[in-house]
Amino acid sequence: MEALIDDLLAGKHRALARVITKIENRSPGYRGLVSALHEHTGHADVIGITGSPGAGKSTLVDKMAKTYREEGLTVGVIAIDPSSPFSGGAVLGDRIRMASNVGDMDVFFRSMSARGTLGGLSTATTDAVKALDAFGKDKIIVETVGAGQNEVDIVRTADTVAVLVPPGSGDDVQMLKAGILEIADVFVVNKADVDGADRTVRDLREMVHMRDASPLAGHHGAGAVVDVEADAADDDDDAWEPPIVETVAKTGEGVDTFLETLEQHRSWLGRTGELEAKTRQRYAAEIRTLLREDAAGLIAEEFEARGGIESYVDAVIARETDPYAVADEIIEPIEACVRDRR
Amino acid sequence: MSTEQQRTIRCLVAKVGLDGHDRGAHVIARAFRDAGFEVIYSGLHKSPDEVVQAAVQEDVDVIGISILSGAHDTLVPKIIEGLKEYDAFEDTLVLVGGIIPEEDRPELYELGVAEIFGPGASMEETIAFVRENAPER
Repeated sequence: MEALIDDLLAGKHRALARVITKIENRSPGYRGLVSALHEHTGHADVIGITGSPGAGKSTLVDKMAKTYREEGLTVGVIAIDPSSPFSGGAVLGDRIRMASNVGDMDVFFRSMSARGTLGGLSTATTDAVKALDAFGKDKIIVETVGAGQNEVDIVRTADTVAVLVPPGSGDDVQMLKAGILEIADVFVVNKADVDGADRTVRDLREMVHMRDASPLAGHHGAGAVVDVEADAADDDDDAWEPPIVETVAKTGEGVDTFLETLEQHRSWLGRTGELEAKTRQRYAAEIRTLLREDAAGLIAEEFEARGGIESYVDAVIARETDPYAVADEIIEPIEACVRDRR
Repeated sequence: MSTEQQRTIRCLVAKVGLDGHDRGAHVIARAFRDAGFEVIYSGLHKSPDEVVQAAVQEDVDVIGISILSGAHDTLVPKIIEGLKEYDAFEDTLVLVGGIIPEEDRPELYELGVAEIFGPGASMEETIAFVRENAPER
């Protein structure tokens, strides 16, 4: 285990790959691995890319990686694909689009499937990002299909989130529904050479303005409460309004501008203290998530010791007891232990 | 605290060389998925370097190399050498699918190819082989 960490820190690709596998599989001992990595992290810029299927995410990521490499930066990519709900298997095809970085080991591309573990995917993503960060990657890109809450949680592991919108798809309305609008730091209208791109840009601009004008609009969600007063004070002078960038990922057009915009957001984050706030919030969320999972594990163990949950369900159906009473019965001894030790 | 989970087998289905026939690769990718494996599909016309890069980074248990061009005698050794370079050969199951003449087979086995599946091989047979021989890690 220690050898694996040493190899990773020494820059061995195989070790990095194996650590991510252990994270994904939650193999015995993976927690120790991630713990050991933590002190070596905190140096990478993490960028989230999301958008509907076919928006051109993988192609854009490929061009981003290429541009970063030309600047002498190293890149890690985590591409998350949905898995089949039936077999648990998956065909992960994002790699096909990474054509510009062939044979360049300094672009570490890893496909992950959404293995249907409840909430587990965002934990696995966070941990995999840590592995890449500790390995020494300068830029880490997390790419996922923007389809629901799970994906929203995943991109929240990023400092800067870019949402891709294909032109003329009527997807703008869909995005509003999915709540993806709120998480965007930058909008990218990809395939900007296609008819209808102008209109999509216009629609987006309007939506961004509407969002900013709405009294209900929180500040990015992240650190919303903390920021209310700060915002009132320096409103407009240093608030971030998500820019809309046009790209043609296939040809690489607009990619430089896009990366500049990401840099601007990054420096805005640093300047305003937003990065620190985000980081704090992220670690707090990480601790809570881990504990929720651990507590759930503890409760599962308790049920097992009591012969499984089914007999309780039987009793509830027979109206001998009710779900609240069962919960109380199970939690009571745990509660007692915890209070005893506090 | 960790709940025992069945390990997911990860496979790379790779098309190397210049032939453009990927139907077989698609069929096997889908069958592997339906068997519950995670399949990374390489796309067409990959060089041995790309296959090695993908296999190492994705940390796959199994590489299925599909070759119909007849160039297996140069491509397969290159992939195996590449894997060795990254210490990835020992615990990766290397399979070859496609049309491999009988007289070329011993050499591939010699190199470390675990099995060769020709046109007559059944999908069930292939999946069972992977399940049985996926490396312990």
